[in-house]
Amino acid sequence: MSSTSSQTPLPTPEGRAIARAPSRWLWFHKLGSPPYAYGLASRLRPWFMGATVILMLVGVFGGLVLAPPDYQQKDAFRIIYVHVPAAIMSLQVYMAMAIAAAVGLIWRMKLAHAFAAACAPVGAWFTVLALATGSIYGKPMWGTWWEWDPRLTSELILLFLYLGYMALRESFDDIPRADRASAILAIVGVVNVPIVKYSVVWWNSLHQAPTISKIDTPSITLSMGWPLYTLVLAFMLYFAAVMCDRLRSEILRRERNASWLMENIDRS
Amino acid sequence: MRARDPSVPPAGADTLAADACAAMGEDAFPPDEIGAGQSSGLRQIVWLVIVRDLRLAMRHWDQVIQPLIFFVIITTLFPLAISPALEELRRISPGVLWVAAMLSSLLALESLFRPDVEDGTMEQWVLSGQPLSVLLLAKTTSHWLISGLPLVFMAPIVGTALGMPQSVWPVLAATLALGTGSLSVLGAIGAALTVSVRRGSVLLALLVLPLEMPVLIFGARAVDLAMQGEAVAGPLNLLAALLLLFVSLGPFAMAAAMRISVET
Amino acid sequence: MNLQDFLSMSGYAAYVWPCYGLTAAVLIWMVWSARSQWRREIVRAQRRVLSQQQTGQQEVQS
Repeated sequence: MSSTSSQTPLPTPEGRAIARAPSRWLWFHKLGSPPYAYGLASRLRPWFMGATVILMLVGVFGGLVLAPPDYQQKDAFRIIYVHVPAAIMSLQVYMAMAIAAAVGLIWRMKLAHAFAAACAPVGAWFTVLALATGSIYGKPMWGTWWEWDPRLTSELILLFLYLGYMALRESFDDIPRADRASAILAIVGVVNVPIVKYSVVWWNSLHQAPTISKIDTPSITLSMGWPLYTLVLAFMLYFAAVMCDRLRSEILRRERNASWLMENIDRS
Repeated sequence: MRARDPSVPPAGADTLAADACAAMGEDAFPPDEIGAGQSSGLRQIVWLVIVRDLRLAMRHWDQVIQPLIFFVIITTLFPLAISPALEELRRISPGVLWVAAMLSSLLALESLFRPDVEDGTMEQWVLSGQPLSVLLLAKTTSHWLISGLPLVFMAPIVGTALGMPQSVWPVLAATLALGTGSLSVLGAIGAALTVSVRRGSVLLALLVLPLEMPVLIFGARAVDLAMQGEAVAGPLNLLAALLLLFVSLGPFAMAAAMRISVET
Repeated sequence: MNLQDFLSMSGYAAYVWPCYGLTAAVLIWMVWSARSQWRREIVRAQRRVLSQQQTGQQEVQS
């Protein structure tokens, strides 16, 4: 996955054909090279961070102040402005992690493995946030801190999947092996996520009379909706900003090329 | 190993099976039983693997029945912990039986690949050139015959002790027959991932149990519905669909995981 | 709308504010921990490079 090999022309008769073939994939090779990714992450991070802070402030102000209170849930519904983005991100991060793991496994791209490794704790924390805020939201709505509601239950199972992934990664000493073993687990997990989701919904619909789940996002109007969309976007940018740092840590941990390390450490 | 000798033609079924026997250091197969004909193909290897594992299990029958005893003990804990009243036990019996079946299948997984990895047989399999996924699926099948199938027959008896009506027996057996197959495949993936990890059994439970939760839901619910006299075709079909899905995709994950675990 | 009403969240203050506080705490902590981990990795990489250079020089001398 080094970018240099694609740039040096080969002295064979077919050299031109071989040299030209990778050019279509140059961006892929470039992105896959740790030095390029490291530099990119360094350059992008301030932008992600700045956009996150602005959007978060706007979204929270809109959610807490500007949005009108729900006629049924009064001001308690304002919890969805942090609960829903965290829940969305918990699943998105798992998807991103599994895709990165698959790319790393299939194309033997080390950087993709580094990305997957960096994803897991962030995703697990988003899951914890979604569970905690969902449970706090449940207290005034259901009257209990915990209800075996399909969303909370599948969120809990997602947390177990994250914990298993991280535990498996920790149990290997050498990084390449940990990468590939945990990649298989992530792929098996991502195949299972829709099954878990469906089975939990089915289980719940059977078990209790189909009451209207009050935690459903209230029929959203634009005046209530825009802070939510803003905050979802803000959470995504936040994830990108945190990943810039975590990916750089992973690259440093894995990089064995001393001269490259020297250059980049001196610069930063 | 004969298979490495360049003068011998590429490792066929015969050499593989012979090597497997030699690597085991146990005469699981007398030489005349190893496919004498030249046409022995993949099907025969699968058959040999299954028969070999069953024979080994017969020889170590005490290890085979331990998970079954565990199954019975767990189900005994519930009347002691909750209440001896059959009314109450009947209500929770599907869940109790299914959780106990899940845990005992988890316990049996420990011995699925570990002996073969430790004595080097698995390395021979990886190098043999035969499709590893098929070989591992064969091993999983024999494992299911040893650890899953007995549960199918034992669960109705234990269920009776928990107040389960006889009319539910066929449904209980059917859900366990379909469900333990899925549990075996998912467990085999986890076992292949953790086989090289020291003290990996807790890790194995942590990895495998969340993946098995849908099977538990459909299995236990189907029995519950049957007890209430409702139709159970839906969850049974779903269990069968899950089994097909896992059996068709799982072996590839097993093989990939095993290659990582065996390489040094 | 006065500040009192805003803070009381129509009686749900005990649920709304902890949610926002918890989220803010976790998000800020994650940024901080990622940043400090990156700094630690830099120090470790520096040490690694230095030790590599030293062993390299020793090999040249010997």
